[in-house]
Amino acid sequence: MHFTVNAQSHELTLDVRTSVLDLLRDHLQLPGTKKGCNQGACGACTVLVDGERINSCLALAVQYQDREITTIEGLGTEEAMHPLQRAFIDHDGFQCGYCTPGQICSAVGMMAEVKRGVPSVLTDDLEAETINLTHDELRERMSGNLCRCGAHNGIIEAIRTTVAAEGGR
Amino acid sequence: MSFAENTASTRWTPGGQPDRLINKPGAIGRSLPRIDGPQKVTGRARFAAEVPREGLTYAAIVTSTIARGRIVSLDISSAEAAPGVMFVMTHKNAPKMEPPALFMTSPRAAGASSLPVMQDDSIHWNGEPIVLVLAETQEQADYAAFLVKVSYAAEPARTHFDDAKTKARRPETVLGQPPVIEIGDAEAALASAPHRVDRAYRTPRHSHNAIEPHALTCWWEGDDLVLHDASQVMHMTQWTLAGVFGIDEARIEIHSPYVGGGFGGKTMWHHHYLGVAASKLSGRPVRVTLSRENVYRMVGGRTNTEQRVALGAKADGTLAAMIHTGVTSMTPYNDLPEQFTFPIRHLYRTDTLFLEQKVADIDMVANTFMRAPGESVGSFALESALDELAEALGLDPIELRRRIEPESDPTSDRRFSMRNLVKCYADGAERFGWAKRSPIPGARREGDWLIGMGVATATYPYFRLPGAVARIKLAKDGRATVASAMHEMGMGTATVQTQAAADRLGLPFENVEFQCGSTTLSYFTMAGGSSQTATISAAIHEAALALTAELVKLAGNDSPLAGLSPEEVELRDGGLGCMGDAKRFESYASILSRAQRDDVTVEGESPEASEMMNYSMHSYGAQFCEVRVNAVTGEPRVTRFLGAFDCGRILNPRTAASQFRGGIIMGLGLALMEETLFDERTGRIMNPSLAEYHVPTHMDVPEIDVIWTDIPDPHSPLGLHGIGEIGITGVGAAVANAVYNATGKRIRDLPITLDKVLAAPIA
Repeated sequence: MHFTVNAQSHELTLDVRTSVLDLLRDHLQLPGTKKGCNQGACGACTVLVDGERINSCLALAVQYQDREITTIEGLGTEEAMHPLQRAFIDHDGFQCGYCTPGQICSAVGMMAEVKRGVPSVLTDDLEAETINLTHDELRERMSGNLCRCGAHNGIIEAIRTTVAAEGGR
Repeated sequence: MSFAENTASTRWTPGGQPDRLINKPGAIGRSLPRIDGPQKVTGRARFAAEVPREGLTYAAIVTSTIARGRIVSLDISSAEAAPGVMFVMTHKNAPKMEPPALFMTSPRAAGASSLPVMQDDSIHWNGEPIVLVLAETQEQADYAAFLVKVSYAAEPARTHFDDAKTKARRPETVLGQPPVIEIGDAEAALASAPHRVDRAYRTPRHSHNAIEPHALTCWWEGDDLVLHDASQVMHMTQWTLAGVFGIDEARIEIHSPYVGGGFGGKTMWHHHYLGVAASKLSGRPVRVTLSRENVYRMVGGRTNTEQRVALGAKADGTLAAMIHTGVTSMTPYNDLPEQFTFPIRHLYRTDTLFLEQKVADIDMVANTFMRAPGESVGSFALESALDELAEALGLDPIELRRRIEPESDPTSDRRFSMRNLVKCYADGAERFGWAKRSPIPGARREGDWLIGMGVATATYPYFRLPGAVARIKLAKDGRATVASAMHEMGMGTATVQTQAAADRLGLPFENVEFQCGSTTLSYFTMAGGSSQTATISAAIHEAALALTAELVKLAGNDSPLAGLSPEEVELRDGGLGCMGDAKRFESYASILSRAQRDDVTVEGESPEASEMMNYSMHSYGAQFCEVRVNAVTGEPRVTRFLGAFDCGRILNPRTAASQFRGGIIMGLGLALMEETLFDERTGRIMNPSLAEYHVPTHMDVPEIDVIWTDIPDPHSPLGLHGIGEIGITGVGAAVANAVYNATGKRIRDLPITLDKVLAAPIA
């Protein structure tokens, strides 16, 4: 099978039962993507596929050949961080760090959804040109990513400031 | 009480000088970002299930589906024949393992239960591991595990709480404390008190639900075992494993540099013994990652409680009687009765007191410590009852607590080392806008939403554990490495201890490296009881004294410090200086160069915790909650929350705020949604998934305000108290009291879900 992960191409033989999550963690040595529940309930395994966020534990790798998969390792490095990674540190948006890669990938995907005008259950005006990313909208859109240490306030603040710095609302 | 005064007197006991750093500005007190932040946000932090190893194999575990009985037949032939399977382990071929040494039977015992592990065909709880499959990939192991066929001969199991309760027994102790305390005749005083509250409260089982499932990667190198673990008890695991396998503990090396959340659950469970055994038998490296379902079935959590709180008050609002009794579920194989009577032992002044804890034997996975075991659920009952009493007295709940503030510890009569609970209430009330609360329930409504406010006391003991060792290596370039096998589970340990060590050594923060997370470093106790920070701070303090003595020796007679004793010098500004004389000073670099030394290494050990024997040492807080309850659906939503804490000196405001918030958020889960559902017919956990066990999501969490007194405790290292657990305490009652204020409905059975709110009568 052929995969593109973080702009690198990989050719490998794989059990067809393998999820994108296990492909990343066990076969491509990219364990930055985390396994929290393996059943789509916690969001720790969130990665971006062609810019959209998915739960990689619920995705069979065989179906994701030749798509652009981006993981936390592809968003930034310790030397050159993505602005959101920096903001998570600044706002203490994590403690143990285990849900963090999923939160960050999810937030990147979420910010792109907002730019594209994708509404949430809380969006009151479906015809407005731009979505007003209120505190409630942010929390609603990030609720698929669980955090048990209780870093919620810092996570939301990190995303809010990053959106603001990018000129969003 | 039975504690001798001044046993093993140390610098923290009466007559000793407070730590000279307690008020000194420096790296301590600065809001520094986490030093492990860059690794964590970029996905470079390696957790236990992510350690690479050539030839790695993957395990899957099959668990029992009955609560008690025997395995009659176990057909593993299909599993053994499945592709990629190396090995299937059952009680028939598992190696001989001694039963684990149970927690608290020895300082380093970490067994969650004393039950033997996979040694015969007997079953002790629904969810007990009975088969381990080892395969080349996780998919192959999971598939083969699915092929195992088991039949059982079930025996009657103790799974009904109401039945077991009738045979409830008093445990010998409740974590070393008496299970019963009686001061005066509380029942008589209650009966004659003009104002009375006498209520039953129930709290369910809870699961820790750290987002990282329990996991390990292990292998043998000859007779040596290397274990990469997710652990908050590394050195205890080392000792306990050695006992189970009958090997020298020096042959076991455990690494756990990152832990994806612990909360009391990342201790020792069956997967440790089974993973190590499977690696021994197969000769291959083994990775065990528990499925989320197996985390619920194989790792115990907080047990359920049924509590009675009865309060009798005199006309002036002081207490004539306090009674707190109840029963919790426990197994016959462990000894953690969920110490729900601990808060009442230390909080309030009363003429008479009766408290008693009993346990009901249940066949279930051994329950264990979960964030503020006892205090979290005990404070729900006690602080709810106080709210009920305040209303009966027509008093503001904060005023009631002012009137029952004690002068000394109500059960031990010891002096408080520090207690600023009344200040927490005053500061919190002002900041939260408590004055806007109407004392009349149901008075405030906006549209369909009823709005109320509630308050409750938070409390957690101060603990420091003796025996932990810190090693300091000071190099001649003025850089220091401080090492100890501490646990960084996200509390900020590595960051905060770098700050503390920098100040202790008189070095800039940047010049100190703190190492933790491996048994190859010096011995450490555990990350439990919010003790870790106090414990290591005491050890570093001792090590710094040893360093001072060593440097004085090395400085010799050619130093400006010549003739001074270690007691007359201090570590400051990157060197050794004479106390009270700014000019007499020599840098570390200069001392070490002249002595022709590249570095100097010393160790220090956390001494006997005599401060705990001489003072009543606790942290306190006041939890303020605003809740909106939908008048139509009963849905409760917490809209504002503030915690005001009295936890000694705060070492790093940024990481401390996160710890407090984290506790409060777990408390919101306890108050509103969390429950491990136990099927009393079968003893089986019914919601073993994060889809069905609800933890707070982003939408459930409002912005949480936290403040603290920052008043140092003169009897603790650095003036600090541990802060990991207090945040969850009092939250359940603060929410329940707010729901009452909003609706006039008193929910005494957690969690407060909308169905209970709808069904409850208006008081």
